[in-house]
Amino acid sequence: MKFAILVNEGPYTHQAVDTAYQFTKAALEKGHEIFRVFFYHDGVNNGTRLMVPPQDDRNIQKRWSELGEKHKLDLVVCIAAAQRRGLLDENEAKRQGKDGNNIAPGFRISGLGQLIEAGIQADRLVTFGD
Amino acid sequence: MLHTVNKTPYERNSFDSCLAHARKGDAVLLIEDGVYAAMKGTAPAKKLEQAAKAVAIYVLQPDVEARGIAGRIMDGVKLVDYAGFVDLAAEHPTVQAWL
Repeated sequence: MKFAILVNEGPYTHQAVDTAYQFTKAALEKGHEIFRVFFYHDGVNNGTRLMVPPQDDRNIQKRWSELGEKHKLDLVVCIAAAQRRGLLDENEAKRQGKDGNNIAPGFRISGLGQLIEAGIQADRLVTFGD
Repeated sequence: MLHTVNKTPYERNSFDSCLAHARKGDAVLLIEDGVYAAMKGTAPAKKLEQAAKAVAIYVLQPDVEARGIAGRIMDGVKLVDYAGFVDLAAEHPTVQAWL
C-alpha cells in the first residue's frame, strides 16, 4: 500500500515527529511504499542539517536523512513555512541574498501542491502533529 | 475510519471530539499522551467503555510502556506496536488525526 506522511511538528517538541518516524519505518519494514513525507509548519525544522543535539540524544534530522537514503524517500519541506523559519537550500539562499543554506541531505524544498498530490496519489495520508 | 488521539484528555478536548465523531465500525488508536485516557478507573476510561460498544479501541504499547502504565490499562482495549499501527491504517480507508 502507498502511504503519505504529513509532519506538522518541529523536532524535540513533543513526540509527534518520533511517532511519524517510527510509523514510517514500520511501514517500510512491512513492505509498504512511502510516496512522500511532507514537512509543514514547524515540521520544516526537521530538515536543517545544522542541528547539533547532545551525543546521547537522537539526531532527528540525521535519522530522517538516513531513512530517506536507504529507501529513496521523497522528503519535502513546504517552501512558505521554510522561508518563515529560515530553512534554505542553495537556490533559495541565492535568491533571497542570504549568506548560507542549511537544508539537510535528502530533503528538498517545494510547494503545498506536493502535499495535495501526495493526498491524491497515496492510498492513505497519515498526519502527525501537535 | 481510523482515528488517532495523541494528547491526554486532561489537556485537550481532542479525545472527546474524537469519541463524538467515531461511528460504528471505526477504530480509535490512542498514541503518545493519548494513552492516559485508557487508564483503568478514570473518567475518560468510562467514556471509552461506552464507546467500545461500537468502536474498537487500541493503545500504542510502546507509549504505554514509556509512561509506566502498562499494568493500569482498562480491559477491552487492545495493545498494538508500530507495525500494528501501520496495519490499522492499512485496514481502514481513511485515517483521521485528532490534533
